[in-house]
Amino acid sequence: MNTADQYLKAIYLAQRLEDGPAATGTLADLLGVSPASVNEMVGKLEQQGLVEHQKYKGASLTEEGLERAHHALQTYCIIERFLANVLEVEAFRDEARALESVIDDTVAERLDTIIDRRAECPDCFDADNDCCRYLEVPPAAE
Amino acid sequence: MSLGQRVSSDHQLTRLLQIGIVLEEVVESRAAHPLESLPADEREAIDAEVRTLLEDAAAESAEHRGRLETLVDDLDAETVPYEEINALVDARYGPPEDTDGVLYDQLCNEETAYKFYDDLIEAIEASETDFSVDRERVLETLYAIRAEEKEGVQEVTDVMERRA
Repeated sequence: MNTADQYLKAIYLAQRLEDGPAATGTLADLLGVSPASVNEMVGKLEQQGLVEHQKYKGASLTEEGLERAHHALQTYCIIERFLANVLEVEAFRDEARALESVIDDTVAERLDTIIDRRAECPDCFDADNDCCRYLEVPPAAE
Repeated sequence: MSLGQRVSSDHQLTRLLQIGIVLEEVVESRAAHPLESLPADEREAIDAEVRTLLEDAAAESAEHRGRLETLVDDLDAETVPYEEINALVDARYGPPEDTDGVLYDQLCNEETAYKFYDDLIEAIEASETDFSVDRERVLETLYAIRAEEKEGVQEVTDVMERRA
């Protein structure tokens, strides 16, 4: 997943978390980057017609941006599910975030063929819990 | 969230190699069982050329898996057994409808594997991390596998073009 798609996904999740435009600070926290980096990338995404930015309020996805964010979140969900259910990784959220930049969409699509993902994905993604609400996670180690 | 495409730890390298092993297991499983999954009339229609292609693909994936497993073993980690992935493929993966479907599926698998190794090599090359396994050995292994995946894509493409 490329950097732009990671930003679009973060904006989508921040909009859901805040029930409104995604604030720069929230995006910086979600992405683990500086607010200046967020502003620079949001500006680029705005130029591409993927994001609308309102001063002092934050960033909102356009229809095209929303479509790409959905796809990016589906890819992320595939990686989380694969890690949790196939490789049985306990820290699947952290590892999915670390791996998403290296896993290409075509690879995620192949991994998707051996996992159980709902048709409504990514609507069932729980932004507060950072994973699908239907994901059965491996038991915590004792 | 990591925004750089680089492999920054032993742990991350291990995880990516484990993913590579699963991709090989999917290729192996799909190449080994198309005959069983096809309808009877389509099964008989698979000619010697396609059978050989699939047998070679399954054997090559098993061999790639073995090379990756050696690296993962040296990183003190485990891999998902082939039987487990084979069962998931059987349970979740829709069977191809005909010989063209088998070939197209095989092409997608080979292309995906090539793309995966290409990205992984790039991410390792972009990293300055000292892994506990020899970096050059990892890269040499991945270069060789990537080259064979590229040949695999070409072989499937050639067969598809001859049949078109």
